[in-house]
Amino acid sequence: MNETELLTWLRGPGLLIAITIFVLGVVFRVIQNLAIGMPENLAEPKGSTFGPGVATVFRRFKFHRHSTNRGYFTLIAGYTFHIGLLLTLLFLDQHILLFKSILGFGWPALPTVLITFSALISIGALFAVLVYRVMDPVRRKLSVYQDYLVWVLTIGPLITGYLTMHPIGLSYTLLLSLHIISAEILLIAIPFTSLSHMASLFVSRWYNGAIAGYKGVKS
Amino acid sequence: MPRDEYLTDILRRQGISRRGFLKFCSAMASLMALPPGMAPAIADALSKARRPSVIWLSFQECTGCTESLTRSHNPTVESLILDAISLDYHHTLQAASGTAAEEAREHAMKEFFGKYLLIVDGSIPIKDGGVYSTIAGMTNLQMLEDAIEGAAAIVAVGTCAAFGGLPHANPNPTGAVSVLDIVKDRKPVINVPGCPPIPVVITGVLAHYLTFGTVPDLDHHHRPLSFFGDSIHDRCYRRPFYDKGLFAKTFDDEGARNGWCLYELGCKGPTTYNACATSKWNNGTSFPIQSGHPCLGCSEPDFWDAGSFYSPLSTPSLGVSKVAATAVAAGAITGVAFGLYDQRKRKKARQQHKKVSVEDLGETS
Repeated sequence: MNETELLTWLRGPGLLIAITIFVLGVVFRVIQNLAIGMPENLAEPKGSTFGPGVATVFRRFKFHRHSTNRGYFTLIAGYTFHIGLLLTLLFLDQHILLFKSILGFGWPALPTVLITFSALISIGALFAVLVYRVMDPVRRKLSVYQDYLVWVLTIGPLITGYLTMHPIGLSYTLLLSLHIISAEILLIAIPFTSLSHMASLFVSRWYNGAIAGYKGVKS
Repeated sequence: MPRDEYLTDILRRQGISRRGFLKFCSAMASLMALPPGMAPAIADALSKARRPSVIWLSFQECTGCTESLTRSHNPTVESLILDAISLDYHHTLQAASGTAAEEAREHAMKEFFGKYLLIVDGSIPIKDGGVYSTIAGMTNLQMLEDAIEGAAAIVAVGTCAAFGGLPHANPNPTGAVSVLDIVKDRKPVINVPGCPPIPVVITGVLAHYLTFGTVPDLDHHHRPLSFFGDSIHDRCYRRPFYDKGLFAKTFDDEGARNGWCLYELGCKGPTTYNACATSKWNNGTSFPIQSGHPCLGCSEPDFWDAGSFYSPLSTPSLGVSKVAATAVAAGAITGVAFGLYDQRKRKKARQQHKKVSVEDLGETS
């Protein structure tokens, strides 16, 4: 298989396989959680569940005022990474073309230089949280193999993407292939790892909010 | 044209001045990425070069490569270099036909055994014994096999000869393969791909061979690095627009009129290695991107099977929307099914739950 064949496969059958597993897996996990349902509650609640649930989904995006210094580090590094990743993913012209070809609609892109900056910031934040995870004894003990695996899977597309835009050493074809394959591996891994929080986050936050808003006895 | 005539004699007779010849040599040195000081060396070597015997075999091809090389523009030094070689067999260009033509080929192969340059354009069909393309009752495969042994070097001209090209495209009904697939490492093979290839590139390869008597430095696809070392994208004059994120969205929008980058219109410049952006076409007039059309990537292997010419490199080469929609539906159905199954399991577990009283515990202890 030559470089062109590899790229064509990754843009075709490879992408179809990755998207199928990703979409099917994520939808399955969310729907299954919802379909399990909750046991019927016979006691009359004082409050409602839906509204507080939705409010909590958004409320938890806010900074907590009473965070410790270490807590602030996690918050700031976490936010920096996620914002950088989302800007890079959603506002690079080449990515918008991909979304447009799948969804049928696109949106305006941000200047390439800004995306390059956000990708670098995102990569930097990922390295910062890795160093913190390794250096802090408590976090190190709490970390499992999967935590390091998802770190590698997440930083892969960011680094290969940056190199594709600024080719060093390898050809553009090979770098683009590496970028696409790393993104496809990430897509495939999402439903089976803690990365599924990209979807389950909203369900779990809502559930927490809903419990708090219930204000009643559980029978 | 006598065979033992020097190249400069032939050029002089064609009206090419010494000055014109030196200008050509300087251009060649520049194109081949040699130091400027090499121009006189090239001139010296070419002056002393005798006409090498060239056998040109045309197989599964459209004659576009020959058209490109021989009729691209008015006679210049480049085309005269082609005239200067002793083209002993080229069934499109030669006057002879039938038995006489084949005899000329066999004669040249015998007389210049080990010395002739073998140029091939077109792919070689190997399916069903190679019956899908024959010349004078001989399969292309057999004709190539016969000519390989006595060749000093082999030049595969055009994408069909270099990589299989259009005949090799899916589903490849004739089992078309490239010259390199047949020759392997028996002889040095120089690939000059392109659909068609740039005339000056083939002239450059010939000039290099005449000057140094060796094949030029090649990349992993056996293409001369001096011409195929940079991508179209890296040498494109529209590159600054790519870097700024300014793209033409359609062929007639403001971006297209302003000469912005053609990436969104499917340009394959980033993945294509060729000299179009530097040496250009039609006597250096223009090249596809300059005329407003995206690069098709014609000098790369399997460019016919790399999805639509007009879909950007970052988009899928197959339709994804329907598959994604089906995956959503399948995920939802299986999610509901598993959720209901879990509910049932929970209900069953509750029903089977046995309550244990303090008395029961007392009995067991």
